[in-house]
Amino acid sequence: MKCAELLTMLNEYVDGTVDPAICEEFEKHMAGCNPCQVVVDNIRQTITLYKEGKPYDLPIAFRQRLHTALRQRWSETHCRKP
Amino acid sequence: MTNPIPLEVSDSDLVARAKAGELDAFETLTNRYAQRVYSLTLRMLRQEQDAEDVTQQTFLSALESLGGFRGDASFATWLLRIATHAALKVIRKRKGLDTVSLEEATEPTEGYDTIPHPEYIADWRQSPEELVRKHETQSLLDDALAKLDEKHRLVFLLRDVEGLSVEETAGALGLSEANTKVRLLRARLQLREQLTLTLGDPYRRVVQTHPPTEEEH
Repeated sequence: MKCAELLTMLNEYVDGTVDPAICEEFEKHMAGCNPCQVVVDNIRQTITLYKEGKPYDLPIAFRQRLHTALRQRWSETHCRKP
Repeated sequence: MTNPIPLEVSDSDLVARAKAGELDAFETLTNRYAQRVYSLTLRMLRQEQDAEDVTQQTFLSALESLGGFRGDASFATWLLRIATHAALKVIRKRKGLDTVSLEEATEPTEGYDTIPHPEYIADWRQSPEELVRKHETQSLLDDALAKLDEKHRLVFLLRDVEGLSVEETAGALGLSEANTKVRLLRARLQLREQLTLTLGDPYRRVVQTHPPTEEEH
């Protein structure tokens, strides 16, 4: 397997959905190719970093507005029911 | 007034209770997911007022269509679809587009052969777990995300940040699965490149000693 080929299957390998035979090829390649090994590690780290990133806090005023709007819509919706 | 709803109550139980008329249940669901919806829309739209409007729209929409929610997908996925749809409408409006899908009819699916090869390759100095605790890491992540083409950023946000499947991501964005996968790859590689420039250990930088297309391993 060449580095360029590995690149095309990077998603599947990292997501764990790759065919076992290809997986073996992948790992054989990485055992002998440090750059590819590091790229794969980097990609995993990148995804982890974003996945575990802190979500933004809702501005307090907005949170209050949101709940007011929901309560209002709720009573409108529920009053419409027979 | 009812007792506060305990944390362990599942989303599907809350949905059932909300459908039965319990406002508290719907409010609990809102509190569970508001930050997540807001964060997603803020990253998609990159403008606070728009993100607030879309977030509010999303929960109002969910409130109104709760009766039609069958539970085929998880509540979270359903909510994120509503949010994505609403955010895409804003994006299309900004661009003056009418089409429902972001995939322009004439745009060919990007190929794997034009994907740029990684250039700056180095082990990171710290683990993601260590980095996540640092305040300045978040702005680094957001800056890198902002540098992506919107079409790549949207796929990454839904697939990798929100954890939707490739199929769900493709569906939410109106793309083919094939196109979704290529865009995801581009996003991941570009983010890796950006982040490694800052987070990579320059003393452990690896240089490819042979052109990637030649040698067989």
